[in-house]
Amino acid sequence: MEPPVLDVRNLSIEYRTSRGIVRAVDGVSFSVPKGAIVGLVGESGCGKTTVARSITGVLHQSARIAGGELVFKGKDLVAAPAKEWLEKRWRDISFIPQSAMNSLDPVYRIGAQLEEVLVHRGGRTRAEARSRSSELFDMVGLNPARLDEYPHQFSGGMRQRVAIALALALNPGLVIADEPVTALDVIVQRQILDVIRDLQRKLSLSMILVTHDISVVAYVSDKIVVMYAGRVVETGSTADVLERPRHPYMMGLTNAFPDLDTAAHDLVPIDGSPPDLASPPSGCRFAPRCPFLLPRCETDDPASAAMGEGRSVACHRAPEADDLRARAKESATWLPA
Amino acid sequence: MATGLSATTPLVEARGLTKRFAPPARLTDMFRKERPHTHAVNKVDLTISRGESIGLLGESGCGKTTTGRLLLKLIEPSAGDILFDGTAVAGLAGPSLIDFRKRAQLVFQNPFDALNPRFTIERALAEPLVNTGVERATHRDRVEKALSQVRLPPLARFEGLFPHQLSGGQLQRIVLARALVLEPDFIVADEPVSMLDVSVRAGVLNVMREVRASLGLAALYISHDLALVRYVCSRTLVMYLGRIVEEGPTEDLLKSPLHPYTRALMKAVPVPRVDQSRDPLPIIGNVSDARGQPKGCSFRDRCPLAIARCADDEPALRSVAPGRRVACHLV
Repeated sequence: MEPPVLDVRNLSIEYRTSRGIVRAVDGVSFSVPKGAIVGLVGESGCGKTTVARSITGVLHQSARIAGGELVFKGKDLVAAPAKEWLEKRWRDISFIPQSAMNSLDPVYRIGAQLEEVLVHRGGRTRAEARSRSSELFDMVGLNPARLDEYPHQFSGGMRQRVAIALALALNPGLVIADEPVTALDVIVQRQILDVIRDLQRKLSLSMILVTHDISVVAYVSDKIVVMYAGRVVETGSTADVLERPRHPYMMGLTNAFPDLDTAAHDLVPIDGSPPDLASPPSGCRFAPRCPFLLPRCETDDPASAAMGEGRSVACHRAPEADDLRARAKESATWLPA
Repeated sequence: MATGLSATTPLVEARGLTKRFAPPARLTDMFRKERPHTHAVNKVDLTISRGESIGLLGESGCGKTTTGRLLLKLIEPSAGDILFDGTAVAGLAGPSLIDFRKRAQLVFQNPFDALNPRFTIERALAEPLVNTGVERATHRDRVEKALSQVRLPPLARFEGLFPHQLSGGQLQRIVLARALVLEPDFIVADEPVSMLDVSVRAGVLNVMREVRASLGLAALYISHDLALVRYVCSRTLVMYLGRIVEEGPTEDLLKSPLHPYTRALMKAVPVPRVDQSRDPLPIIGNVSDARGQPKGCSFRDRCPLAIARCADDEPALRSVAPGRRVACHLV
């Protein structure tokens, strides 16, 4: 088997805050296989964006990598000199932001912004950059005749296409997309997801898609990494994790999600909210909200354990998952005690 | 304001409701005869009965939020009438306007912005009572009641707490409680859960459903989310570029959408399963501009079924089955 493009090993990231050190990412491990889209999902504050930013090397200045490795194409970026990492950025690891509205410079023509990347980072000549820009516009479904327009002349969906074109300009080895469709309307969202899917198949892109939306992950990604309160709680193939979740958090989310296709069932919330990471619970971080709590869950932090092909779960009761899943479908299970 | 003329009068009725926004003035406009206005809301008719929950569905810029604001008299219509409990809203002023405000309330989208950060939770909840001159001695009881309606009692647990000390799910329920404290007959909820995480969203939606049923509240839910509308609304209106293009009982409408726009919208919604349709959407290009007022159907540029007639003749919203109305020549 080919080695993964990116191997995140035991990554921890801390923020300095007024309330002390907050470990927003704590011992996160997962890998991105070559040519696959990995969906990194979780709720606000779970650390998914911090992980994504650490890989692109643009952490907030109050944050630092406290431990772990980011092995990209066989080389650890964390241990590498800063300059080397800097060179990887854009050329080999590119980024699609959430709001293309804010990431394009309003006073430059779109074509000029594409060419800038190609000339300064990619070392192309102006003429080469120009023809590559047209090619990129074609690729993301934009009319190359509009290269000379300004960002305000483009709609939200079109700007997101430009952001994708920018990210793909230098044939990167890894693309990181942070909530690339969250700000868009459903129809445009679907069109952008189709662009991402097509390009991934055509160019065999390796990609991390950060999102809070499980349906987005279900639509495009091959593999899913679920984060909760700074930890990875479950990973596996998208189909497997969504159909047979093994972590109680994931089981709870499935019930809480309104689904258009199935019969209108009553939605069941997960009681409570994620823990404060300035003082995380000593045991499992989901324990305060978990309906399947055992005494050991409150003291003993479950490690992530492999459960079959490409599957890992961080839960003491993972071996009983099939049983728990049946119980998780009953709304009474989730009612606060 | 007089209380209900009869049980059969709809609580809220809008006829030909229209809101035009003038474009920002520019120097070059001196040389132009007419500046194209944005038709945010265009000849909308709707009725909401007592205790009924209606979904107003559409994409950003379609005019759904403007419609909600018009119904609450937060902005004035350019044309058309709104009747609330049989009385024209346009003429309300002074005490009758305050009375209307007590009966028609808004639930805001972003709970983090909707509450004054310097007000305690208790003060935020009592504020509407103060503003409408409700007798002070009753405030505590009414706040307590509203909190139990949103399943957050008792008030004592929020003693001295400020909004930043609460979670998003709690805040959104406080925002709902603040709308309920005046015991309204009608609420407009503008994207009430779009800012919340999935695991807490369900809790807020359940509370909204319960409150509506137990208080017999009429509600207009403004949303872009079909699944939400399906969960809380018995009837749904679909809006496109300022117009209602389809209306019907929610389940019927989702099961057999009739307007080409509704069909595309339904197909576009991703579901949390791997086995789902990935067929191309039956829609062309992007949303057109709401400026100016072109002839014909506003959806025709994007419609895969458009015929010559669609370009000249604006389709009226007409009844096609019991409770179902569609504005399309081809249905």
